[in-house]
Amino acid sequence: MSTSSNQNARVVITGVGLTAPNANNLKEFREALLTQKSGITHMDVRYMGKVAAGNCNFDENLYQKKKMRRRGTRAGSISIYCAHEALKDSGLSIDSVVKDRTGIYLGITEHGNVETENEIYELHQNNLDASLWSHHHNPRTVANTPAGEVSLNMGITGPAYTIGAACAAGNIGIIHGMQMLQLNEVDLALAGGISESTGTFGIFAGFKSQGALGFHDDPIKASRPLDINRNGIVVSEGGAIFVLERLEDALKREAKIYGEIIGYHINSDAVDFVLPDTQRQIQCMKTAINKANITANDIDIVNLHATGTISGDLNECEAVKAIFEQSENTYINCTKGFIGHAMGAAGALELAGNLPSFKDNKIHSCKYIENVDPNCCLKNLVNGDPIEKKVNIILSNSFGMLGINSVIIIKKYK
Amino acid sequence: MDEKAVRQKIIDIIAEIAIDEDLSNLDDNVKLRDQLDLDSMDFLDVVMELKKRYKIEVPTEDYPKLATLKSCIEYLGPSFH
Repeated sequence: MSTSSNQNARVVITGVGLTAPNANNLKEFREALLTQKSGITHMDVRYMGKVAAGNCNFDENLYQKKKMRRRGTRAGSISIYCAHEALKDSGLSIDSVVKDRTGIYLGITEHGNVETENEIYELHQNNLDASLWSHHHNPRTVANTPAGEVSLNMGITGPAYTIGAACAAGNIGIIHGMQMLQLNEVDLALAGGISESTGTFGIFAGFKSQGALGFHDDPIKASRPLDINRNGIVVSEGGAIFVLERLEDALKREAKIYGEIIGYHINSDAVDFVLPDTQRQIQCMKTAINKANITANDIDIVNLHATGTISGDLNECEAVKAIFEQSENTYINCTKGFIGHAMGAAGALELAGNLPSFKDNKIHSCKYIENVDPNCCLKNLVNGDPIEKKVNIILSNSFGMLGINSVIIIKKYK
Repeated sequence: MDEKAVRQKIIDIIAEIAIDEDLSNLDDNVKLRDQLDLDSMDFLDVVMELKKRYKIEVPTEDYPKLATLKSCIEYLGPSFH
């Protein structure tokens, strides 16, 4: 254990736990991405009817008692599942970690909407009798609930909180976990992002009102980033939590190492509530690349944020072209065609889906794009089949509303 | 309503809250908290369910009267119609 803050401490990923609409662990997820398996289905949403969405089917009671699931939230349940899976994958057990020195840092897009909407619905069913309002409302809706539920479930007594960062949150959870390790606040971080957003009618209705809710009669075609015929975002739930450790600690216990976080950056557009800004995205990627002390051409994979909205896709493609146009070595993919937009989980899930590239030397494709938007014809866009390529460095973008941008860069650990 | 029916209604509520528990061998004279994994939030759930299902109000000062099944039956019995 380090005894003082070390800004230069190298931080590595040693465990991955996830649930996505098409998989419940990393092996399944990788397989799904390599074989073009979609997790999008149609579902009925209160007041709206049929929508396209990505829902997970992990076993909620694998690590959580039914009573605690009833008391808690779907976001908490997803977090508990992913945290246990990550720890198990890292080769650690809950009894072997120092609970005071373990931190839980979970990125979220939003929290509390699901419970609040349900309770207001119940309130109307109960003739507006506010005395029947659930005493569970406050503990279920405080913003730290997903992380707090993990702490309660696992008995982890270190810092446990969420980080609200819209759809950039998955990356930012990881970045924050890394920083806390470097500050020597903790010795182990369970960090990533989660989302329960398919449980809230408001998110679907909000995107629909904005003209940005993706739909297709065939649900597996509903999420079509970079396709000229795309029509918006497909809302999904999910989670990905990573075990992060300082390299020296991971080596000491001979842990399996997925990769090292070598660069990152977070910045803000400061121009619009919802529309992205190309220049700030460029700045964010460039700064992350500089921090990693590499060049653009050193990067083997750029995983786009690519949500399937016109402005989102176009702005990001312009930004990526500005940096990688001359990079022969760099290949581009995106993930949301398979799993939709998992909101606060998106960045973490999308990074997880690419990590196995370090080992299998394949780059997963975008979900097949039938008609690539001419403005999105990026060089080395992987479309259709995976490609074989030795992969050493991955850059992953995640951007969010209110103009928050995040970029993370992971390097294969040799 | 006879005692047996009241007892069953109370057990039905507890069953929904203590989902993981086996309620088949409850001792009516032993505190519920000593037989089941129940905490203060669970008792608030019981109180809320009584209000929702049967419009029975349990004031805070009477919560100790919900300690055992026997005391529940004695206290709540007259409120069931």
